[in-house]
Amino acid sequence: MIRSLAQQKKTRVRLSYLVLVPFLVFFLFPLYWMLITSFKPDEEIASLKGIPLVIQSKPTLAHYKMIFFETRFLIWFKNSFIIAGVVTVITLIISIPAAYAISRLRFFGSRYFGVGVFCTYLVPPALLFIPFYKVVGMLGLLNTKWCLLFLYPTLTVPFCTWILIGYFAAIPRALDEAAFVDGATYVQMLTKVFLPVAAPGLIAAILFAFTVSWHQFLYPLAYVYREKEMMLTNGIYRALIRGDVYFWGELMGGALLGSIPLVVLFAFLMDYYIAGLTRGAIK
Amino acid sequence: MLSRLRSRRFAAYWMVLPLFVMIIGLVAYPFVYSIYLSLENREETKFVGLKNYKRLLGYGTFWLVAGNSFRFALTAVFFKATLGLILALTLNNLPLGGQRFWRGVCLIPWVMPLAMSSLGWWWIFEPSHSALNWVLVQLGGTPKPWLSDPFWARFSTILTNIWYGTPFFMIMYLAGLKSIPESLYEAAQIDGARAFQCFRYVTLPMLRRLITISLMFSTIVTFANFDIVRILTQGGPRYTTHLFGTYAFSIGIESNNLPLGSAIALFMFPVLGVAAFFILRNIARGEE
Repeated sequence: MIRSLAQQKKTRVRLSYLVLVPFLVFFLFPLYWMLITSFKPDEEIASLKGIPLVIQSKPTLAHYKMIFFETRFLIWFKNSFIIAGVVTVITLIISIPAAYAISRLRFFGSRYFGVGVFCTYLVPPALLFIPFYKVVGMLGLLNTKWCLLFLYPTLTVPFCTWILIGYFAAIPRALDEAAFVDGATYVQMLTKVFLPVAAPGLIAAILFAFTVSWHQFLYPLAYVYREKEMMLTNGIYRALIRGDVYFWGELMGGALLGSIPLVVLFAFLMDYYIAGLTRGAIK
Repeated sequence: MLSRLRSRRFAAYWMVLPLFVMIIGLVAYPFVYSIYLSLENREETKFVGLKNYKRLLGYGTFWLVAGNSFRFALTAVFFKATLGLILALTLNNLPLGGQRFWRGVCLIPWVMPLAMSSLGWWWIFEPSHSALNWVLVQLGGTPKPWLSDPFWARFSTILTNIWYGTPFFMIMYLAGLKSIPESLYEAAQIDGARAFQCFRYVTLPMLRRLITISLMFSTIVTFANFDIVRILTQGGPRYTTHLFGTYAFSIGIESNNLPLGSAIALFMFPVLGVAAFFILRNIARGEE
């Protein structure tokens, strides 16, 4: 009986791996296809002969050379990095105190405020990009990357605040009371008690804010047209497609390079992100 | 005591002030402004009432776009939710070490910037030089005009969205599966429940709230999707893949008709509102 149970479990694991295979093919094929294209010489990309699923001639670095030396790829990379980084900092500056106040210091309307924050999170970029065009114009920031510093926090702050409210609310009140008795101020309590205890939530918020900023495509496409000011997402799309000429090798190489920072971040910190994302929905 | 209470309230107001200012200034104000804008004429010189909305409702193109948006969202969400569930159940069967690794691998489509992976899909769908038609021909099929025929263009945009969004459902469900106490399954087994019955009478009821939240959240995000259609088809052929977001972009930003574009984008609001209502209701239930 015990043996057969173990046997059953083994079959189940094998079967599960079998089901996993088509999913992996589906998920990873685009990456594989992008990767081999980026190393294929142009003649091979344009040729109709042979098997396109492998690199048939000698692999080349020509596309990557062009990406680095003949496009503004490095500038876009830097722009994406600066904007995503600064937006993450702004997000924390706004979210941490707000989440603390909403979860701990009861004030007039604090309950509705929490709900309001969540509703704001559900507003997608595609709903407000037209009035934003006017807002960005009024601020005099049209066609510069700096306008994104105003717009991205509307996408990051609500969710980060909401994640942090959850993590802060889970901290036992006895801890605050002990700190209060010891004469701690609000600021001290936040930095000495709440932030260290809620560190996993903080990491989730940072990761979320950075990822959302790095992903955004609509806002830079709508408000930033100068190549020097572009993000990676719109830069690669705008600059490498010229009329009917497609630089497939460069496009694929650029798109892969532009994804690497996030893949690396997630390789290390994925668990925090998943915990933060799923927390509110479980319980 | 009273002074402490007062100082506490005072501190709280200061702490939420930046968030409050942001929500009012960069979400509420633009929203109200967008309604106002949609009531103006193209040059934004005259108030024209509901004329833009009336005009849209008389356009065949607008109804086409509305139909596309619903078809896109409903089809994609259905497949993402189903495949995500199958994938989560599958991963949940694996031993923990392998499970963590493969979960990470399966998350890649969700982690990559969609604008970047859509470029990859664009190249996959290229009709003559790319992989997909080559494979089809090898298997004895005929090459398909992936992005230039209305049916296949819709198919391609939806497929790309399924690729991108299935991992989201996978992580939500997987987390949900882990939160179900093992004792429930043991009890069911003692009562003689088979695997399917365990799924039907233990797993599904326990995941109900999570499934609703994930479905509604995904509906919002999918309905308002922009990147995929913008990159793969730009709404073509002949508007048959345009969604509210991409159509509003092409009218509002590219054709420089901000008021009309604003009206198009606002048509999304009722759908988003209903989905948001269900999410909030389910989350509130969890907190009770």
